[in-house]
Amino acid sequence: MADSNINRGKRRFLLVATSVVGGVAGVAAAVPFVASMNPSARARAAGAPVEVDLSRVEPGMMVTVEWRGQPVWIVHRTSEMIDSLPRLDGMVADPKSSMPMQPSYAKNEARSIKPEYLVLVGICTHLGCSPSQKLAPGAESGLGEAWLGGFFCPCHGSKFDLAGRVYKGVPAPTNLKVPPYTYLSDTRLLIGEDSKGA
Amino acid sequence: MGKMMALLHWIDARFPLTATWKTHLSEYYAPKNFNFWYYFGSLAMLVLVMQIVTGIFLTMHYKPDAAQAFASVEYIMRDVDWGWAIRYMHSTGSSLFFVVVYLHMFRGLIYGSYRKPRELLWLLGVLIYLCLMAEAFFGYLLPWGQMSYWGAQVIVNLFAAIPFVGPDLALWIRGDYVISDATLNRFFAFHVIAVPLVLLGLVAAHLVALHEVGSNNPDGIEIKKKKDPKTGIPLDGIPFFPYYVVKDIFGVVVFLMVFSVIVFFAPEMGGYFLEHNNFVPADPLKTPEHIAPVWYFTPFYSILRAVPPLFGSQFPGVLAMGLAVLIFFFLPWLDRGVVKSIRYRGAVYKTALALFVISFVVLGYLGTVPTNVWGQFGAWLGVAERATVVARIFTIIYFLFFLLMPWYTRIDRTRPEPERVTP
Repeated sequence: MADSNINRGKRRFLLVATSVVGGVAGVAAAVPFVASMNPSARARAAGAPVEVDLSRVEPGMMVTVEWRGQPVWIVHRTSEMIDSLPRLDGMVADPKSSMPMQPSYAKNEARSIKPEYLVLVGICTHLGCSPSQKLAPGAESGLGEAWLGGFFCPCHGSKFDLAGRVYKGVPAPTNLKVPPYTYLSDTRLLIGEDSKGA
Repeated sequence: MGKMMALLHWIDARFPLTATWKTHLSEYYAPKNFNFWYYFGSLAMLVLVMQIVTGIFLTMHYKPDAAQAFASVEYIMRDVDWGWAIRYMHSTGSSLFFVVVYLHMFRGLIYGSYRKPRELLWLLGVLIYLCLMAEAFFGYLLPWGQMSYWGAQVIVNLFAAIPFVGPDLALWIRGDYVISDATLNRFFAFHVIAVPLVLLGLVAAHLVALHEVGSNNPDGIEIKKKKDPKTGIPLDGIPFFPYYVVKDIFGVVVFLMVFSVIVFFAPEMGGYFLEHNNFVPADPLKTPEHIAPVWYFTPFYSILRAVPPLFGSQFPGVLAMGLAVLIFFFLPWLDRGVVKSIRYRGAVYKTALALFVISFVVLGYLGTVPTNVWGQFGAWLGVAERATVVARIFTIIYFLFFLLMPWYTRIDRTRPEPERVTP
């Protein structure tokens, strides 16, 4: 064998070069398949922002709209409801909303742009059940005399206040999510999109 | 030479038919002291074949479409001739698959079948187990009942708990912002073709690895160490064909009797094999009161629920659940015992194994019930739920079985292994 005539450096270069090029081609070929599993154009269109007319939501009432297949709650809070929030600061896990469960413009005591209107994704942050509404305070909520109003998840017993803040000692780890939203006018709300200009 | 022999020679010159038969059956020498625990490997293969066959026939009538899936399953149950039998065979098969695989794995634990030189065999086995879990999870969405839907919702949300990439990963898995038609369609693809292909490949590799190193046995000693000097055949080995083929056929007959009783008389198994809530069509806006996975996932579900959220994230629970499964991979290197088989181990290992089995069963039970099932402790324990506290204790024991194994297997007072296998 004419082993001495073999240019080993050249062989190694060719081996590495073809492997790298082949590897890059392999990864590039995987891109369409991985990307095909993303939400399709139709699913994205169905996830488009939803407009809500606030004039039909009386104080103390709540409406549910569907956005991206999830329930989104809009609660028209009364001034008593808003006033009750600071009293719960000691009982909720994240009173100042330090976890990123809301857009920055909703990182305040009332977790909303305007304190009167609370906008929440109605999905429990524990394992994705939809909590039931216990807006009225007091014993008839079934949650005891001291209940100040909020939401209760029937699956694993998580409790949230009227700003969607999670109580201490329940399975849900974080406050309910505030979706991106913006006011188109005083009575028209767009859920699913941040305000561009403001 | 007869015509058949001539044909065989013709084939053997072109394909190693006789050689393969000899390597894997007529001249594969297995230890002669196999016992009850050695039925479950061949039974797992039988169930795999049954799942593939019944699955093929189910796909002929099933519609992987969110608007039609639930109705098409009911159509199979009511209108397709024998459809109910095929569907119940498939659903019973999935539960019994896990029964035989758990018993097969337990056999590996008690006789040290994961120890050198069978580490790769064990790793392939754990991969098969992971595939099986994926297969069961994808398949469970297909009937599109309430449990299908909300179970998938919970499991996919586990991925959303992974820091940084979680939400995007969950979106990519679902192919939509919620579990939807897109999710159902892709889970169908994974369930009927992608995962089964991987599963078959892994099972083949598992068998090749087994036949390379040879079977372990209840004494945990290597029969290849004592060979007949003339023939080179292990003195304690007997050919798999015909001896163990006949033994396994007996096991198959008994298994099929049990299987048939379940299919014909208790296909739902009181809600354990087919959950009651899954006879209600999926409703994305209404969560069932109590969500629980099917029984074979409940030990891990219990571990998930037992770990409290830390730093405002439920990722620690998800991590603990994942580790509870993945930790099986490390077993060959955690066990430092002098002997393999439980027959020659001391009281320390036997106690540890017993505690592990109890943990697995208790966690499995707790995963099927709500966390308030046993009420709450008094104020002295901060009114904590009793079941959650118990689940936490057994979660710790579950992990300690693995994490302390390098120490307790070493200090264990073992007895000497025999030279030859014992009856």
